[in-house]
Formats: sequence, C-alpha cells, structure tokens
Amino acid sequence: MITRILPALALALGLGLALPTAAQTPIGEVRGTPTNPLPPNATADDLELQNALTGGRIGGRVTIPDQRAASLIQPEGREWRDFHNRTLTWVGGVAVLGMLGILVVFYATRGCIRTETGRSGRTIQRFNIVERTAHWMTAASFIVLALSGLNLTFGRYLLLPLMGPEAFATLTLWGKFAHNYLSFPFTLGLVLLFLLWVRDNIPNRMDVAWFRTGGGLVGQGHPAAGRFNGGQKMVFWITIIGGALVAISGYLLIFPFFFTDIAGQQLAHIIHGVVSVLMIAAMLGHIYIGTIGMEGAFEAMGSGQVDLNWAKAHHSAWVDDEMKKARNAIAGGPGVKAQGAD
Amino acid sequence: MARMKFLCDSDRCIECNACVTACKNEHEVPWGINRRRVVTLNDGKPGERSISMACMHCTDAPCAAVCPTSCFYTTADAIVLHDKDTCIGCGYCFYACPFGAPQYPRVGNFGTRGKMDKCTYCAGGPQADNSSAEYIQYGSNRIAEGKLPLCAEMCSTKALLAGDGEMIANIYRERVRRRGYGSGAWGWRTAYRETVSV
Repeated sequence: MITRILPALALALGLGLALPTAAQTPIGEVRGTPTNPLPPNATADDLELQNALTGGRIGGRVTIPDQRAASLIQPEGREWRDFHNRTLTWVGGVAVLGMLGILVVFYATRGCIRTETGRSGRTIQRFNIVERTAHWMTAASFIVLALSGLNLTFGRYLLLPLMGPEAFATLTLWGKFAHNYLSFPFTLGLVLLFLLWVRDNIPNRMDVAWFRTGGGLVGQGHPAAGRFNGGQKMVFWITIIGGALVAISGYLLIFPFFFTDIAGQQLAHIIHGVVSVLMIAAMLGHIYIGTIGMEGAFEAMGSGQVDLNWAKAHHSAWVDDEMKKARNAIAGGPGVKAQGAD
Repeated sequence: MARMKFLCDSDRCIECNACVTACKNEHEVPWGINRRRVVTLNDGKPGERSISMACMHCTDAPCAAVCPTSCFYTTADAIVLHDKDTCIGCGYCFYACPFGAPQYPRVGNFGTRGKMDKCTYCAGGPQADNSSAEYIQYGSNRIAEGKLPLCAEMCSTKALLAGDGEMIANIYRERVRRRGYGSGAWGWRTAYRETVSV
C-alpha cells in the first residue's frame, strides 16, 4: 500500500514545487508582440475601436513557432497603407516631377552655362582614378536603385498598363533583386566618397558668400570657391546623410524582422521611401549641372582633367592652392620658399 | 452573390487548433506557413479568450491596395485572392495587413521570401478550378465544389463560422440572444468597417 502511495506523493510534491516556477515564466510576453491588458468583459468592437484610435496592437499567445502570428490585429497597417499609397506617391511625384520641371525651365531660360573666359587649352587634374571609380560605382548603382525603387511605387500605375502583368512582374522581380544586391556597391561607394572628400566638404565662410551670390547660377560673375563650392558641398552631404539613412533603413528591410518588429519594418520603409525620393530629386539636379547644364563640368568626372579657365571660374581658391602646391613642389618641397617669391 | 466572411465566436473557441490543422492538411501547406492560427488573449488570466484568425477577406483590402504588381483580385463572392505568378515576394502586404495573414515560405533575407501564401477561403487561385496547377500553388478549391472553408466546417464547437456575412451574423446574434453574452465579431470593425450589433 505504502509503496503505491509514495510515488503518487512524490509526484504531487514534485508538481506542487514545479508549478510555481512554471507560473513565473511569462508565457504570453513575447518580445516584439505586445500583449495588451484586456479587461475581462472587453468586446471585440470596443477593443478594435480603442486600438485603432490609440494605435495599439491586440496581441496574445500562439502555440506555433512564428511569434509574429501572436499579433491578432495591428491597426498601424492602415496608416502604413496610407503612407505608401498617398503620402509617398505625392511626395515622390512632386519631388521628382517638380525637379524635372525646374530643370527644364532653368535650361530654357539660362541655357548651358559657358565658361566666360573660354577654353585655355591647358588642363588641371580635378579627380584622380580612385575618386572617379568611387563616384561612378556609387552613381551607377544609385541609378539602378532609384529606377527599381520608383518602379515599386509608381510602376503599377505607369508601366503595368503598358507591359501587362506577366512582363511587369518579371521586370519588378529582377528589379527587386538588383535593388537588394546593388545596395552593397552603393554603400561601399558612400563610405569611399565620405573618406575621400569629407575634408574638402567642411562648410566654411566662403560657402555663405557663394550661396549669397547665387553660386554663379543666377546673375553674373562667379563667387570664389575651394575644391568644392557650396552647392557641391550640399550634394555631398545630401548623399552622405541621405545615403546613410537609406542604407540603414534598407538593410532593415532586406533582413525582415531580424532586427525589428512590424512597427520597425513599417517605420524603416517610411524613412527609406521619403529619403529616397528626395535624394532622387536632388541627384537629378546634380546630374543636370554635371552634364548639359554647364560647359566643361562633365570632364571633371569623365577624364578627371578640367580646363584651367573653367577651374579658375568655378573653384578659384582651389586653383590657387593647387598652383601654390605645384610651385612649391618644383621649387623643392613645401617647406622651401621658391627663389624670388617675395 | 454572397458576401463571404469569417466570424469567430470567441466565447465558444476552445483553442483546440483543429482549424489550423485542417487548413494545413487540406491545402498541403508547407512547413512554416500558417494560413490560420489561434491567438489566445489574456492567457491564464480572467477574461482569457481564444480567437481563430486568418485572412478576413477585407472590404477594400489593404494588401491589394499596396501590392506593387497588383497581383490581388476579388471574386464575385468578395473573396480576396492573389496570383502567385505575378507576386514578387516584396512583403508589402504583410506590412499593410491588419491581421498578419500573408505568409512567406522562407525567412526572406536578401529578398528571398518566395511567393506570398495566404488563406484562399478554400477558393484556390486564378488557375482552372481544381486543376493540379491550382492545387500545387493554392491548395484545394472547395468553393468551386459548392462547399464552405474546411476550418469552419469542421470546427468542433462551431465557434468559427464561414459563409455569407448576413447569414453568419444572424447565427451569431441568435446565439448571443439565447445565452445572454458575447464578445462580438473579432476583426469585423477592422476588416469590414461594421460590427455585429446584437
């Protein structure tokens, strides 16, 4: 008799000891899936209304491994939809088309900006091969990233009716892969450009004067500028800061739910979308002034050699520095004063 | 035509997960994908209740609104379906869906989630009804055979109701009237912008 009771007693004791410890583990509290305190008599209608208004999720516990499934209703999806379909479409449309419009008007009124003193026939090196490689790696990947990104937002309205669903789906699928994998050369390019050019892009007093006189874009005459003028510094910092934001938010999206929950994914997409379309608009301006907008500007990133008169007109302080460096080099190093310099 | 809806009577759901199992078996749903799941609110506390949730086949569906390739379509019965041939697995529908219904075959790093999969209301996809192509991509098409979704059909407590919205709302109203309580139709306000008033 006692041999029968003993195991049962031991089991009961064991259970009695084990149960409180088991109760201490918070089963319902899963990271990233909020468990809302629920009043016992709460109705579905009340809860949904309350959560829709306060922006909370209704969540609980699931017995399947995918803990994202523990979120029963997330009303934030509606806000994200509103952003994606309305805000982003408008911001993107206005930014990109608006910038194109401004450029067309600007080209029609100002035309191609010529070097006033004409070409000297002598050139000076502006960007070396490392700088040009880093620039074009970033630029080429940016163009593909921009087009495939715009396609995700605007493609269904612009390209889908033209191409038909199958061809458009294939294009968008390849665009998605290109978008994901070209993010790596783009990010590498950003880091290289930052390291190569940051010391010449610190804003200074010359830039204030440059912006005040309209940078030679409006009116006549050219304000003085160092290696990079105020406008170029602006492009540099838009690229670095905007690019960093886009890269970080983009990597959150490439590795979904690895670092954040659904609210984080939605926020990452919002930042990614808005910063991207603004960057695309800024880069349209950059591309314009670097190609058809200004005579002699493309050579800087093309061959790396720019005409001396162009350099004197746009980057007078930089030319002076380079000349001084060259003279010192000829005269035997920067420490030695050239003969007859005084 | 009917306006198909789901209604989960959480005062009857006993969290047996038979609906989840039935769905997985009926459609040969791969590992890691749950077209339907049971969420328990207030687990172990007063007011604990379980709700079986899947795609609610929303009015003005958010997934369809945000899809970059417009791969969603709505049937005459207001069932929201999608075309896996034009889905690119971008994951946008999951961000927009209030109910976490869209599922993906893989974790999805580097954009390799694979084609989205979700509850079809047992209505298959755009392929020919009950063809093998449709079965491989979307599972069986019970609607084409004149049957309702299996999860609701085999629910042991009849907590999960599927069918025309007006009819299942009336069944639920009748229940609430008889037993004297009911927590309402979960997800209805979010999915259909209406509730079941008793």
